Amino acid sequence: MADKNTCMTCGSSRGLCGGKGIATLKEGIWTNNPLAIQVLGICSTLAVTNKLSNSLVMGIALMFVTAGSNLFVSLLRKQIPHRIRMIAEVAIISAFVVVFDQFLKAYYWEMSKQLGPYVGLIITNCIVMGRAEAFALQNPPIVSIVDGLANGIGYALALAIIGFLRELLGSGQVVLAGLPLPLGSWYTPNQMMIIAPGAFFVFGILIAIFNVMKGGPAEENKK
Amino acid sequence: MSDTSALVILVAAVFTNNILLSNFLGMCSFIVCSNQIGTALGLGTAVTFVMTITTAINYAVNYGILMPLRLGHLQFIIFIAVIAAFVQFVEMVVERFSPKLYFALGIFLPLITVNCAILGASLFAVIRNYTFMQTVGYGFGAGAGWMVAIVLMAGLKQKMRYSDIPAPFEGVPAAMIITCVMAMAFMGFAGMVTIQ
Repeated sequence: MADKNTCMTCGSSRGLCGGKGIATLKEGIWTNNPLAIQVLGICSTLAVTNKLSNSLVMGIALMFVTAGSNLFVSLLRKQIPHRIRMIAEVAIISAFVVVFDQFLKAYYWEMSKQLGPYVGLIITNCIVMGRAEAFALQNPPIVSIVDGLANGIGYALALAIIGFLRELLGSGQVVLAGLPLPLGSWYTPNQMMIIAPGAFFVFGILIAIFNVMKGGPAEENKK
Repeated sequence: MSDTSALVILVAAVFTNNILLSNFLGMCSFIVCSNQIGTALGLGTAVTFVMTITTAINYAVNYGILMPLRLGHLQFIIFIAVIAAFVQFVEMVVERFSPKLYFALGIFLPLITVNCAILGASLFAVIRNYTFMQTVGYGFGAGAGWMVAIVLMAGLKQKMRYSDIPAPFEGVPAAMIITCVMAMAFMGFAGMVTIQ
């Protein structure tokens, strides 16, 4: 994982830490989308995207955790000794994940059961850790929150697209806020989209499309 | 779940419920570290070892300490701390007593702390209410299953090196499509054994 993909190397050619404010926002959502460009945090991405509603909740969860942990890591950046910063970051991140998990369990029990262990797995989501390490450790609190939010939004957007496609193609309709939006009777639902292989397939195609839109494959992706 | 034998769970965790191909865990290192079969084997061994032990420790911690004290909500923090501490400990022991093994496995150990499959296996074992033996079986099986998947992937990638892939698909997208086909192939095992 010593690749640039891990984004542990700050100040890379794309200037991860150079951007401030709006630039940070744009970078997190579009030019440096955590999922499509950096290919981080796919571990829990694919599992929860079999439905649009699940994907949205997961996106919100990540937004909350990244923004919160970025803020605290940034506030404490001068206090945390360099050698144990990883442990400190993990502790901060897990605290936020626990808060969100308890919130889901208290108010949205059904959703909490559907997401299962994947809420807890946000702790090991490389995006959260990556942003804390690459951005929050070097930047003041406010910009760090923006960066956390931007990456969360970028992640949530990509997740929503995947979730939308998988639910639409897999069951022939998308259920949003209890309202089903059917595709029509001409379409035969393709069960494969809901189960595991569909996730890999949709995600692969999505990155490929993203590569085309940005003009050729990202240079890091070449092995 | 208490009536399923640990062996059945082990086999199921490798084939029908492969932690990577059906639960999508451990994808990050799966994508990045699957360029060489040797590397994949080393990482797979390390993951299997760590996963077996940490699921067992986490089982003990969960039912021995957290549950009696009603601290269930601290599960995540404690589990990840156990994993991080254990990995650190193994690294030091291996470095001290077997430098050879350290050079073979050592570089993979730090990576393992952030491998979501490790934490995932512990969480799955708790959610599915496994007994101790089942938990150990599941931990070992999930690790072995992950190793099978990454070694297969490394083999495929080595073959693929000389093929002409459309430019936008180069790298990660191609890897995802291959994984998709692999996941479909593994679905052929469905029905062999069933857990959850």
